Amino acid sequence: MQDAVLTAVTGAQQSIWRAPDLSFRWWPVFLRNLLVWRKLAIPSLVGNIAEPLMWLVAFGYGMGALVGQVQMGEVKVPYILFLASGSICMSSMNAASFEALYSAFSRMHVQKTWDGIMNAPVSLDNIVVAEVLWAAFKAVFTVTAILFVMLALNISHSPKLLAAWPVLLGAGITFSCIALIFNALAQGYDFFTYYFTLFLTPMMFLSGVFFPREQLPLPLRSVSDWLPLTNAVELVRPMFMDQWPAHWLRSALVLAAYTVVSFWIALALTRKRFRA
Amino acid sequence: MSDLLFEAQNLSKRYGDSTVVKDLSFQIARGECLGVIGPNGAGKTTTIRMCLGLTPPDTGSIGYFQGEGAGAGLSMPQDAFAIKAQLGVVSQFDSLDPDFSCAENLLVYGRYFGMKEAQIRERIPRLLEFAALSHKADAKPSELSGGMRRRLGLARALVNDPRLLLLDEPTTGLDPQARHLMWERLQLLLQQGKSILLTTHFMDEAERLCSRLLVLDHGKKIAQGRPRDLIAQHLEPDVVEAYGNGAMALVDSPLKSLAARVEVSGETVFFYTQDAKQLLDALAAHPQMRTLHRPANLEDLFLKLTGRKIREEG
Repeated sequence: MQDAVLTAVTGAQQSIWRAPDLSFRWWPVFLRNLLVWRKLAIPSLVGNIAEPLMWLVAFGYGMGALVGQVQMGEVKVPYILFLASGSICMSSMNAASFEALYSAFSRMHVQKTWDGIMNAPVSLDNIVVAEVLWAAFKAVFTVTAILFVMLALNISHSPKLLAAWPVLLGAGITFSCIALIFNALAQGYDFFTYYFTLFLTPMMFLSGVFFPREQLPLPLRSVSDWLPLTNAVELVRPMFMDQWPAHWLRSALVLAAYTVVSFWIALALTRKRFRA
Repeated sequence: MSDLLFEAQNLSKRYGDSTVVKDLSFQIARGECLGVIGPNGAGKTTTIRMCLGLTPPDTGSIGYFQGEGAGAGLSMPQDAFAIKAQLGVVSQFDSLDPDFSCAENLLVYGRYFGMKEAQIRERIPRLLEFAALSHKADAKPSELSGGMRRRLGLARALVNDPRLLLLDEPTTGLDPQARHLMWERLQLLLQQGKSILLTTHFMDEAERLCSRLLVLDHGKKIAQGRPRDLIAQHLEPDVVEAYGNGAMALVDSPLKSLAARVEVSGETVFFYTQDAKQLLDALAAHPQMRTLHRPANLEDLFLKLTGRKIREEG
């Protein structure tokens, strides 16, 4: 009977905010997603890089002809370089968000894949970790393809682009954690439209992807300072210009804080969703 | 008690104001098939979810594999991974991967158990053969019939060679041929020494497969025992059903005294009796009525224990 009471207590008190299980049981779940994607990789690649490249060509060359050079501190850079270095962060954000919203929701809610997995010795925590890393992998894959195109277009040849690559992976992880919060709350796909139009799209315009943030009115600029996309751009853009970011520690900490906090919230809300 | 594979003690679960499971205790012995039956909303699915550690019980304990090896056994939810490594689960709604072929579904699922790819690949042909799906190894689940999908789900649950199978309504929605094939496979598993916990709405399924039954209603255990014993314990051995012109009038006729119990459902009168002979002779005087004489079965038991009222809640 004492055992029974003990179980009852542990059972009832398991908080949704408890520490995550970070064991390696997420790996077969990641592998499952990889196996599905391998069957559709080429069409999905075309879809993922076509849009960012169209932006780049239309705005970079079209607008670039009007804008000419952009003043970046002491130096002037061609508009296409300015845009490319910002839009690649946006691509990482979009690829990760799309995967962690629409695709994760299909697996979680529509196909009941997660329920099936949880009947095996894999926990919900392991699945959420797998989804974060999977969405980040998709982001990195997309970004890598775009980077190669940018190299081919001779937009930048900075060797520091090698350092931009792990930063873009990190940004992918950040944005998949944020997106998984909304995944945990969603009742249907329609919900994600709000996330894209009310959160991601405004952020795109506030984060210095298309124009320097100096153009923003002061109140907006101080909001912009703390946006995750801004901080990703602040890290990546100098590397395109063969420089190191001036305030890299600040930006890295902001991104890390977003990642940790939103992962924790996403996990807690997902646990709550599955507890019922 | 060393042949005890599973033991739940004093489980209770509340959601808000409604108590879904109340002080429920039951056991599963090695090699046994325990059937859990009950109307919609009786607490069957919540009970299974608690057994799987998906929902923590408010009170009570759930233990697996006691008295073996180390002796202490494993308890849910603390030892969830160690327990699930030895369980096979087929849930009510299929969660097969639509993007994978049958063989890939088994391969991917085996990996969740930490199995090596070579080991899984070696098992796949046998599992597909068991599920009568050898010819469909490369087909996607969407190309399969309902019965095939359910058998693939069963094969997937067997990939880790589990000791205990938890099956939530394994034949709901299947046609008779598919159901019989499923039953045959489950009986084969029982012969191989597997243990099964099964929920079902089909009394013929419960009678055919289960060595013991647990009847739940409103979250409480209302009966438990071998199907035949339960029928003998709760019901008269014979049932005579009368329907058609004038059947309703019988309810208040002297014929009533020939039966131990009379029930009416819709247009049919059910006479439960120790000896049907006298009753049938008397009914012969009403040739316009149609009668059916049969032994009492589990369905009668179920309806007696849980009532004939429709339960709409999920």
